Amino acid sequence: MIEIMNYLSSLAMPLIILLVVIYGVIEKKEVFDKFIEGAKDGIKIVINIFPTLIGLFLAVGALRSSGVIDIAIKLVEPLLNIVNFPTEIMPLALLRPISGSSSIAVATDIMKNFGVDSQIGIMAAVIMGATETTLYTIAIYSSSIKIKKTRFVLIAALTADIVGIITSIVVCRFLS
Amino acid sequence: MLNLVWPIFIIISFSYAIFSGNLQNLNTSIFDSVESAVSLSITMLGTMCLWSGIINVAANTSIMKIMNKLLKPVIKMLFPEIKENPKAQNEISMNMIANILGLGNAATPLGLKAMDTLQKENKNKKELSNSMIMLIVLNTASIQLVPTTIIAIRSSLGAENPTAIIVPVWIATVCAAIAGITVTKLLIYYSNKREKI
Repeated sequence: MIEIMNYLSSLAMPLIILLVVIYGVIEKKEVFDKFIEGAKDGIKIVINIFPTLIGLFLAVGALRSSGVIDIAIKLVEPLLNIVNFPTEIMPLALLRPISGSSSIAVATDIMKNFGVDSQIGIMAAVIMGATETTLYTIAIYSSSIKIKKTRFVLIAALTADIVGIITSIVVCRFLS
Repeated sequence: MLNLVWPIFIIISFSYAIFSGNLQNLNTSIFDSVESAVSLSITMLGTMCLWSGIINVAANTSIMKIMNKLLKPVIKMLFPEIKENPKAQNEISMNMIANILGLGNAATPLGLKAMDTLQKENKNKKELSNSMIMLIVLNTASIQLVPTTIIAIRSSLGAENPTAIIVPVWIATVCAAIAGITVTKLLIYYSNKREKI
């Protein structure tokens, strides 16, 4: 089972690239020109996010090295232990729905501290991949059409997030 | 948002480090953080450019049309209220495709366009309609074929196999999406019932 999952994970990216290139060739598109055109957009995305990353890595690194995160974790630890929730993940689970770039900083910090291939490191990665900045998305979508009454959207979206985080933890525990 | 959170983080951690005499750790971490932001960005530059390039090739072929066709029945099921609005269906489908392919920057404008179209036939212009809520929930569930950012982070930290998390991510996102859709459908059902009474 785990081997199949690992195989599919390694297969996904190469297979998609292969299919896209074959499709492009069959339909007689200028495949390489289109590739270069798109790759240039990639540079813009990274350059735009770079200053934010510097600022947030600094803040998150300071929170950890000063010991503030440890104190915060100790405070909520008894509560998390009841539901068997890994305390190391808590800062990420709290920030993830609010801010995309700060959750990248927190997730990177966790992966670096506990090891990128450790169970906690993999959990942080899976949670990042499986969830979104829910509050930000709701705010952008509702405010774009000037709606303030959002009914039950927050409940539904946060349920999805919580299920995503719990599933990530369960799957990672099963894997290792 | 960050204008509030960032100063709080800095003030709490820097003053705590000074009062607890933890200055050496703090100094090391300042330079460590800046350095890891640089190394992450450099690794990310590679992954992002590669992926944006491949997706741009895909966007110029009929792959999008095929995905659009495959998504039609799903959209009809999730958005029963826009049966007679092909424009809204199409925009929602494009938004979902952009999300699946990991085109975050393209997904949001497409989603906002769909919101605009949905608002036109919204009965109560001050409240989100059922279809709008479903669209937002789908966008917050972030169904993504290849989670490129997280793969870039893993490879910048020297993971043995950076893509190993893809299938676990799929499992977790699908569960999250199913949960979100189910809760939305249930709450729509109950709010319709209440309106009838």
